[in-house]
Amino acid sequence: MGNVPTTVKHCLSYEQLIHDYPWLRRWLQEEKEIVPTGVKIQLIDMLSGTGLPVIEATSFVSSKWVPQMADHTDVLRGIHRAPHVRYPVLTPNMQGLQDAVAAGATEVAVFGSASETFSKKNINCSIDESLLRFEEVINTAKERQIPVRGYVSCTLGCPYEGFIEPSKVAEVAKRLYDMGCYEVSLGDTIGVGTPGSMFKMLESVMKEVPPCALAVHCHDTYGQALANILTALQMGVCVVDSAVAGLGGCPYAQGSSGNVSTEDVLYMLHGMGIETGVNLAKVIEAGDFICNALCRKTNSKVAQAKGRTQ
Amino acid sequence: MGHVLPEKVKIVEVGPRDGLQNEKTIVPTDTKIHLINMLSESGLPVIEATSFVSPKWVPQMADQVEVMKGICRKSGVTYPVLTPNLKGFQSAMKAGASEVAIFGAASELFSKKNINCSVDESLQRFDEVMKAAKEAGVPVRGYVSCVVGCPYEGKVAPEKVAHVAKRLYSMGCYEISLGDTIGVGTPGSMSEMLEAVSREVPVSALAVHCHDTYGQALANILVALQMGISVVDSSVAGLGGCPYAQGASGNVATEDVVYMLHGLGIQTGVDLPKLMDAGAFICRTLNRKTNSKVAQATCKL
Repeated sequence: MGNVPTTVKHCLSYEQLIHDYPWLRRWLQEEKEIVPTGVKIQLIDMLSGTGLPVIEATSFVSSKWVPQMADHTDVLRGIHRAPHVRYPVLTPNMQGLQDAVAAGATEVAVFGSASETFSKKNINCSIDESLLRFEEVINTAKERQIPVRGYVSCTLGCPYEGFIEPSKVAEVAKRLYDMGCYEVSLGDTIGVGTPGSMFKMLESVMKEVPPCALAVHCHDTYGQALANILTALQMGVCVVDSAVAGLGGCPYAQGSSGNVSTEDVLYMLHGMGIETGVNLAKVIEAGDFICNALCRKTNSKVAQAKGRTQ
Repeated sequence: MGHVLPEKVKIVEVGPRDGLQNEKTIVPTDTKIHLINMLSESGLPVIEATSFVSPKWVPQMADQVEVMKGICRKSGVTYPVLTPNLKGFQSAMKAGASEVAIFGAASELFSKKNINCSVDESLQRFDEVMKAAKEAGVPVRGYVSCVVGCPYEGKVAPEKVAHVAKRLYSMGCYEISLGDTIGVGTPGSMSEMLEAVSREVPVSALAVHCHDTYGQALANILVALQMGISVVDSSVAGLGGCPYAQGASGNVATEDVVYMLHGLGIQTGVDLPKLMDAGAFICRTLNRKTNSKVAQATCKL
């Protein structure tokens, strides 16, 4: 590329490989209508054909808490698993892990929070208690040679506590990594982060967890997601979570946007010469499909623009 | 941050001109004046007030003289106006303008389709405006459009952008605003273009005018800041769609830019809540939703 500016070169040095995780589970979970199992399966199958390397398929959480995910077993059994694509599922506890394994799961994920209040309000226990629960899940998964991904929520702000200390994020990330999570995804749960806070948080976390084991999960509630992702890339992170069509609102700000859309992330990465292995046009098709099925507009600006160019 | 960022960024608010110009509803003069006055109170240092273009071409700007004469000019705030030709410049002077702006394109096809002449011909026309402005002691800002992509030509060569920017700067423009007119730019194409331009024009005289049509604006602005640029154009509430993609978004929202800059510890002088008030006002009047995600999130918590 000749005289490449530092920002782009930095990203290219990571073997031009960015994994893209459309967190299907998360946004479907937050969609108000219950989506039919057949539609979920079709969506995942379409996404499997786009080149995305990881598609989070469902959540083995009690259907009492998350009715949207009640069909977790049917979804996992119903999808066509493409070779070279992984289909992790959320497993908040041992029961969930057992059900996931019985349903054929080959990768699982656990969630920690960087905010005590959020942890208590969300899963009714302290951070430490939640990590103890996850330790059991991780150890059992390890015995079965099932890789475990860890998530940390509220890494750049909490709807209850406000500012979250980067050192606290680092502490939770380290615990998850040391317990055996192969990767830790750092979530800006309410989208309040900016490149400034993203930088400080990652600086802190990277002292405890190697960059190659980190991912960012940015919400676009304040429009900052792509700038935050860019910052993370410049610091050596090369795994990005996103959601097709940017669906899945922010549960803490009614009507506001939540997940960053996969299409917009891909547009940026490809524009920077970073390889993802993903076919953007096919992702847009998958986004169109689910938006039609849900009777709602896409949150992806790329999809909006491409759909409307004269 | 790993990169050295400017301590201060000057925001050039283009909502009242670039924003409203692309809105379908004709906005009453009083509303425009009230919007500009609210923006003046929010701490914005530069507010592009109107355009002295023929009302035949841009009916939204037909009340250019009344707007210019009607606004309360806050001390320390500048109110540039667009002047596409000498006639427009003369009208602007009569109406009390103290700063003007001219436009060039980095794409030949865009220039022909937009103003019916080649890029070189357009720059020659502006020569007259530049001369008159110099005599009157009036600063001139230059805009270059289609700096990373053109709706007709597709990709635009960075060297072409640098060439046009250099011409405008050499002609006497104190600042050159580089516009991603159709919002197709990414941090990749943005940095390539800025590298080429900053070889010809000092970085301190450059600004970026990013459209958010593909959601890339804030990332592009961040890259520009990392390359030393400290002037950013934006539009309150993200007013002004993209004329080339029906219904798609256009200008980046000032609220979202300010949120990012303040989060980076960069001073802007802008009071974000007051800015959001101005955005809420104009959206109510236009009966439309804001394009600013910060405004959407803040109103709904």
